[in-house]
Amino acid sequence: MLVLVASSIGWYALFCLLGGTLGGIYQLDWPMPFGPALFAVDPLSALFLFPLFLVSGCVALYSLSYWPAAERSDSARLTLFVGVFTAAMVLVLLVRNGVLFLMAWELMALAAYFLLTTEQHNREAQKAGTIYLLATHSGTMALFALFSLLHRVTGSFLLPAPHSLSTSVTLEAVILVTALIGFGGKAGLMPLHFWLPGAHANAPSHVSAMMSGLMLKMGVYGILRTVLLFVDLPGWFGWLLLVLGGWSALNGIALAAGQRDLKRLLACSSIENIGIIFIGIGMALVGLQTGAQVLFICGFFGAFLHIVNHGLFKSVLFLGSGVVLHSSGTREMDRMGGLAKRMPVTAALFLVASLAICGLPPLNGFVGELFLYLGALYDGIASPLPVLALVAPLLALVGGMAAITFVKAYGTIFLGTARSTVAEHRHAADGPMVGPMLLLAVCCLAIGLAPLLLVRMVAPVVRFYSGADVNLADLGGLQIPLMPLTALNLLLLALIVVLAVCYRLRLHGLPKAASATWGCAYQAPSPRIQYTGTSFSEMMVNLVGYVAAPQRLKPVLAGFFPARTATFSYRPVELLLDRVLTPLFSWIGLAFSYMRRLQHGQLHIYVLYVFATLFVLMIWAH
Amino acid sequence: MNSLADQLLVLVMLINLIMLGSSRLIFSIRAVAAQGVILGILPGLIHPFSLHLTGITASVILAKGIIIPYLISDAVHKAHIRREVEPFIGYVPTLFLGAVFTALAFVFAEKLPLAPEHKELLFVPASIATLLTGFLILTTRRKAISQVIGYLVLENGIFVFGLLLTEAMPFMVEAGALLDLLVGIFVMGIVINQISQEFSSLDTSRLRALKEE
Repeated sequence: MLVLVASSIGWYALFCLLGGTLGGIYQLDWPMPFGPALFAVDPLSALFLFPLFLVSGCVALYSLSYWPAAERSDSARLTLFVGVFTAAMVLVLLVRNGVLFLMAWELMALAAYFLLTTEQHNREAQKAGTIYLLATHSGTMALFALFSLLHRVTGSFLLPAPHSLSTSVTLEAVILVTALIGFGGKAGLMPLHFWLPGAHANAPSHVSAMMSGLMLKMGVYGILRTVLLFVDLPGWFGWLLLVLGGWSALNGIALAAGQRDLKRLLACSSIENIGIIFIGIGMALVGLQTGAQVLFICGFFGAFLHIVNHGLFKSVLFLGSGVVLHSSGTREMDRMGGLAKRMPVTAALFLVASLAICGLPPLNGFVGELFLYLGALYDGIASPLPVLALVAPLLALVGGMAAITFVKAYGTIFLGTARSTVAEHRHAADGPMVGPMLLLAVCCLAIGLAPLLLVRMVAPVVRFYSGADVNLADLGGLQIPLMPLTALNLLLLALIVVLAVCYRLRLHGLPKAASATWGCAYQAPSPRIQYTGTSFSEMMVNLVGYVAAPQRLKPVLAGFFPARTATFSYRPVELLLDRVLTPLFSWIGLAFSYMRRLQHGQLHIYVLYVFATLFVLMIWAH
Repeated sequence: MNSLADQLLVLVMLINLIMLGSSRLIFSIRAVAAQGVILGILPGLIHPFSLHLTGITASVILAKGIIIPYLISDAVHKAHIRREVEPFIGYVPTLFLGAVFTALAFVFAEKLPLAPEHKELLFVPASIATLLTGFLILTTRRKAISQVIGYLVLENGIFVFGLLLTEAMPFMVEAGALLDLLVGIFVMGIVINQISQEFSSLDTSRLRALKEE
């Protein structure tokens, strides 16, 4: 019931936002030590609020049937924290006071922790939760430093007005780097991404959708907000964001390709998309520094469009993964198969979102990336450093790898025949859960067909950054082909529909034979002769072995008929987490175990500690 | 008047030493009650008469001299214990340590940057000595009841220090502190009962069994 209320309020707020004016300011003067509570909506917040309200409303509807309150005992907790989580994110976007921002940020981080450990008896979820908590609190520590530094500069915890902050070069660099650590960690920018795959994989699917589609964007928002404060930025910051973004995009998708777990795959692809967003922001900042207007505008348009788009299609994918999980009972893609026959609607929606995430027309993913391509190819080559033009091939490479990854995911899950008996016998059908997914997917398609709608929403934000009016129609010779794009996309869609109809009509009169998919004309095909997802992506995983580096355990085979125990196992390894951080932390834990001797349970000795401290202080003071 | 106050403070310090040296619990409780009564009288001696002051005196004597000692002795009767059997450090050594700490308190108070009107009085050294005595009781005694007594002595030390500020201290703060103490004693009484039921002993060193491994 609460979920319904929450969702309706979310919808109401969304309509208010879309219908009302943007730019309200609300100040609450209270006698708190950190100054008045200032809330404001500006175009930047509005940009993030749009997907937030849309997705959280859909997620609330979805969770009604995904996590039914009547059947699950822990649904009260889940409902509460979904509400808290959403509210905290809205608050993060609205507050303009550093201390309140930190409070909202912490509230969001903790709510996410409780959400992702919903299955609290699951060891894997516990571990993922702990890693997440450590990562998020390390990030918050950097944010504490950030807001303290800002307070030192301005003398107040209120965030300064846009484009008003100018300090010494070193302080500026320190502020930007702390922001990058704090917010970049939350956004999942490499190399601070290590908490992300585990956290997204172990949360309930609709929570993963919110975390990936919305929470990561809060990190992006933080960086954008920090960048906005300064009068002028140092030149290296844009380049740094660009390089980090490129690195995340390439390695994120490489990691995703090697995954066997559906939700881990989606999580790693979030890293890739965050990388693309940061490429856009980096391009824009470089453009701002060097005065390359097209670069600046295209970069920001690309990044902002991708922020909204990723929120939409990644949510559809995660919600779809929830439906798949329900019906197959496993997250392992290599155990699924043939679900398209039993869940045609889910399969279609998943396909639409997969196409969108690969950046293919006529969907929304293409629109965002188009701007980045245009910026890189047009002004990148002309700019002082032509290196920037390399963004275009990089994006193309990432897009290609994304296509392989999602062909693997879609093909393994929905096509072929069921690979395990579990997947075969579970009751599977499109439930009421597809409703919210359908809505989001239609949004994806609508943005793809009519990008002008979203561009019109994004334009004020870009104007907000440039300080001047942005005229998209004429960018010093470059035409952004939005109207032709709409026409082309419509044509493409029409072509697809026509081809599909022709195909159906052609099939109609012909005799039909039923056999197993990919049965290869064998007499008695077994599901095991199909390609698995792992084998499909193996070649690419080997190419990017430096980052994906999966662990393969091969058996020693002896004789003509090897024993049944000779099994091959394949486990994707997270380099940073499994090879560096986990050993480091276990070593530290070992070192600190000596400290436990102080913790012996003797009450008297505890009092003695206090006594001794007091005594030492008394002596020390004089 | 001030010389009388000083004499009473000397009495407070003597009671500290008595408590350190005695093994009988009932005797310690009575000593702490006597200390409480003295502390109740003290504000009346050093500050001019007022209605507020009378209230403070009455409530301090009531709480520190009557209610709390009554509660503790009730717990002692219920738990059937007479004396602290085997402290971690013997009586004579603790007595000696108490004397050393009292001396140190005087040395320390000498060096504190105090207001001139407080320099002449014994308040600061007496307060620190009482505080240290409370700590000493808390660390060396084994029985839960002795721990409560140690806690009370500690609080008395803080109270003596607070006497310097009586005029500045609003009545509500004092009332709050007293209430705090009373609730603390209640909780301790309940805990003591539970411990004695659960472990059939009031030896707090056995609480180690509750430590996580």
